[in-house]
Amino acid sequence: MNQLGMETQNISSKANGLLKRILRYRYVYLLVMPGFLFLIIFKFIPMWGLILSFQEYNPFQGIIGSEWVGLKNFKDLFTSEQFYMMFRNTLVINIFSLVFYFPLPIILALMLNEVRHEVFKRVNQSIVYLPHFLSWVVVVSMTYFMLSADVGVLNKLLNQLGMNQVALMSDSKYFWILLTLQSIWKDAGWGTIIFLAAIAGVDPQRYEAAVMDGASRLRQIWHITLPAIRPTIIILLILRLGSMMDIGFEQVLLMYSPVVRDVAEVFDTYAYTQGILRGQISVGVTVGMFKGVVGLILVVAANRIVKRMGYEGLY
Amino acid sequence: MSFVYKKRLTTIDWINYVLLAIIAIISLFPFVYVFSVSFTDPESYIPLKLYLFPENWSLAAYKYILSTASFINSLMSTVFITVVGTILNLLFTLTMAYALTKKKVPGMKFMMGCVIFTLVFSAGIVPNYLLVKELGLLNSLWALILPNLTNAWSLIVVKSFIDNLPTELEEAAIIDGCNELGVFLKVILPLSMPVIAAFTLFFAVAHWNQYFQALVYLTDSEKWTLQVLVKSLVIDSEAIGAASSGAVSDDSTQPPSETIRMASIVLSMLPILIVYPFLQKHFAKGVMLGSIKG
Repeated sequence: MNQLGMETQNISSKANGLLKRILRYRYVYLLVMPGFLFLIIFKFIPMWGLILSFQEYNPFQGIIGSEWVGLKNFKDLFTSEQFYMMFRNTLVINIFSLVFYFPLPIILALMLNEVRHEVFKRVNQSIVYLPHFLSWVVVVSMTYFMLSADVGVLNKLLNQLGMNQVALMSDSKYFWILLTLQSIWKDAGWGTIIFLAAIAGVDPQRYEAAVMDGASRLRQIWHITLPAIRPTIIILLILRLGSMMDIGFEQVLLMYSPVVRDVAEVFDTYAYTQGILRGQISVGVTVGMFKGVVGLILVVAANRIVKRMGYEGLY
Repeated sequence: MSFVYKKRLTTIDWINYVLLAIIAIISLFPFVYVFSVSFTDPESYIPLKLYLFPENWSLAAYKYILSTASFINSLMSTVFITVVGTILNLLFTLTMAYALTKKKVPGMKFMMGCVIFTLVFSAGIVPNYLLVKELGLLNSLWALILPNLTNAWSLIVVKSFIDNLPTELEEAAIIDGCNELGVFLKVILPLSMPVIAAFTLFFAVAHWNQYFQALVYLTDSEKWTLQVLVKSLVIDSEAIGAASSGAVSDDSTQPPSETIRMASIVLSMLPILIVYPFLQKHFAKGVMLGSIKG
């Protein structure tokens, strides 16, 4: 075999190399294909529809034939009163969730961790995890049975005590706190799992040393347990801020009624009512696009921050 | 070890136990109340009374619901999407997740990038609706299955689980002349049973509880799922003022009574309540699998 022959063989093998490797791994491609086709059809093709936010959608012309209107849809969105309403509601619902919901799984995990009686602990965990598995339809239904003016337990009690009824469910004053209470009832228990795991990772010797030094239980929690789970708390907090645009849409939609519209309207409910119920496709696509892009920026930023702190992020 | 835990309960312990018991009661109370009313005889039910235990035990509400065609139809729809949807979820998620662990195969990193992109960005409600409409899936139960065949979070969690499996068995199988398909079926799947158990439950619960897609994609009330039916029975009749609920209208134009509404809620969560005590540990394990990544 001479030099020249080897070189030509090299070139042709480089050209064929990729093809050979693809053939070599044909079963890997076979396995990835169903999932990949799914992503293309149901996740990426709809992104093509985002073009509609720059068009005045005409159902008879479709995406290709509809009239281009530039940034008109965005101008309309940003100058509408509803936009500021949606923005405020999204912010307030998030603030309520951060202030009232976020600390509770941490506190509950600390409380559960102090329980020495194994059976009590396990039964308690089983009970507080349970509501997580109910649908929002069931949770909102139960809220009616607890709090509504005519059939609610609360008003039955007030009635028996001879007091006036309160209409919690049809008053926009209570809407945000009701959403938060529902989230707490449904998910605060389930949220403890990740903190309990973090607490379980603390070296028991540190508690033993603290006891030798005469530290009380509360001091042990403050000086050992809390610092040990601080990274978990910080990561979850940052990722929670990163997903601000995704407030429980099904929950809000189920609690939505004309009476509470001013405090309940968020980007997704607006996209649904305008885009699908009223058929203003371009309006719905535009508001969805705005929400998606802001959400994208927030999630990527949150993930960067978590990674820069030296932890593993979402991806 | 010289160190011994104090067994005696301190005041703080007692406060802790009492608070936890109260939290458990708050978690359970709505269940107890809904059960009690649903088993109370509708004839003797007094609207202004607070029931903590069923009085005049009766199955009348359940018999009524189970005799309506709308409930049976929606139960069948929900069982169909849950069973078929979950099986397809496992198929699509496990195959792709395993392929994604093969980083040295050309194109796999790109595909992982695609998966992550769908994690952080989605086209939104209206474009998804237009796609389902264009595909002719409106009013078909497949509209609740096909758009949810897999998702980025599940793919990432299952992929990182497979990444962490010991590689010796896989290598041995390849030396024995097994291709990737054989490795997947004979080595990876048997080793992945914990993650399969957890995700079977997650997928099934998600399908059973799915509400929004059913609301938007199934306009024909004969195709309704349980969640949409319960919503129309309980929430709509509540919000509108119990005046015009025609959802269960097989043999009466009466709005559904409270006992019937509560019985429909109990039935809609019954499968979850039945499997929950047995499978709770798998659910919790699933969360831990997820928290390794994210």
